[in-house]
Amino acid sequence: MSEANTSETAAVSIRHLSKSFDDVEVLRDVELEVKTGEVVTIIGSSGSGKSTLLRCINWLEKPDRGSIHIAGQRIGVHDDGRPMPVRELAKVRAQTGMVFQGFNLWPHLNVLHNVTEAPIHVQGKSKREAEELATALLEKVGMSQKHDSYPNTLSGGQKQRVAIARALAMQPAVMLFDEPTSALDPELVGEVLAVIKDLSAEGYTMVMVTHEMAFARAVSDQVVFLEKGLIIERADPETFFTTPKTDRVRKFLENHDTPSSA
Amino acid sequence: MSNWEILWDERAQFWSGFLSTLEIFGLSIMGAFVIGCGLLYLLEGSRKRLTTPLRIFIDGMRMLPFLILAYLLYYGLPSVGIRLDAWGAGVGALAVYHGCYFAEIFRGNRLTFPPGQIEAAQAHGFTKGKLFFRLLLPQIIMQTRPLLGNQLIYALKDTAFLVIITVGELTAAANSLSSTYFIPTEAFIVVIGFYWAISVTMEIIIKQCGRFSAKRGFDNV
Repeated sequence: MSEANTSETAAVSIRHLSKSFDDVEVLRDVELEVKTGEVVTIIGSSGSGKSTLLRCINWLEKPDRGSIHIAGQRIGVHDDGRPMPVRELAKVRAQTGMVFQGFNLWPHLNVLHNVTEAPIHVQGKSKREAEELATALLEKVGMSQKHDSYPNTLSGGQKQRVAIARALAMQPAVMLFDEPTSALDPELVGEVLAVIKDLSAEGYTMVMVTHEMAFARAVSDQVVFLEKGLIIERADPETFFTTPKTDRVRKFLENHDTPSSA
Repeated sequence: MSNWEILWDERAQFWSGFLSTLEIFGLSIMGAFVIGCGLLYLLEGSRKRLTTPLRIFIDGMRMLPFLILAYLLYYGLPSVGIRLDAWGAGVGALAVYHGCYFAEIFRGNRLTFPPGQIEAAQAHGFTKGKLFFRLLLPQIIMQTRPLLGNQLIYALKDTAFLVIITVGELTAAANSLSSTYFIPTEAFIVVIGFYWAISVTMEIIIKQCGRFSAKRGFDNV
């Protein structure tokens, strides 16, 4: 019970999380608490386990040990170790909105229907209610002119903005961003980052994996550095980027030529 | 009276054979489509003890000459106490046989389906049934459209086999006229025209459906 109480205020609460792929330990006893309204950025070199950590949060990867609570609800397994039935899992998953590196829009649906699909068919909203919400969200991400377009006609940046609106339409307790700009042409990165920045200003709770250091510094409340599945450093962005505690992070930041201020 | 005039006088027989062929074809491809989708659904994320027998069934059907299956259902089933009339056995055989082909076409396409889209659906709280019917199946059908069109033509041609189990369809009409008046060439040329007409109409419909999927970028892949 005490565990449930501590997670009550947290949007995401991760305890003792471990995960291996075959013999390789990708996450080792990870602890992370994301408060409502907080933006947490996960940084690390490739293979450090940061995407796996993010994907464990909505159970796209099943951790081997540990627990994850989303808005106070445990995901994936019950406290007595029983695996969660699929319907129940789907309900908890719907509390998270995920934005993928590769957009993963549904190509047979137009922009509007990509955004209304889950609210109508997962959450049971009425068509009208879902479309009103979608219209507002597409406006927020600057895509209101494209309701009737199909994903194959959009640029990468536009696709990603639609994907953000689609995730927001679930009205999730937390938004998960898995390298949202890594698949974009450099000149399209800005438009997506601008949208995410607006969301952080509006108080959305977000967990983000990114390689955009200046951006991480500008929007984060907490920065976490993963190395071989271990969190070796966590701090507010100012401290993290100006006075890192470990040599590993110092070296990483040097290689990423971080601008002195964002 | 020329041979063609004889056939013109007997046009009612062709017409009823044509309607019968259309009916058999329509019902059996609808059945085949449902069976194909059902098999794909059962193969989707199921356990091995279900998928292995299903795969054996599908492959078994595909390796069987259609005529043998029609014979089995019509002449073989009565020996185990199930008696189907020729029409029922014919439609049933066509539906099951081509349903397995549909399933195989769908399954092949399913293997190349981008996993990211499925993850996105799971992350948005979709469960298996909704994910299948709302996201997977529509895309798989759009993508396999040309193959499905091809399979429909095979199914149409297989309806002609049913003459052998005494179904009164188009080929049966030609057969009977050709032997009554001994004018095989003309009689069979007429039915070829009918089969071509159905095939061409089907091609046009399938092509029109292609515009629907092309708009969504499915025909560029």
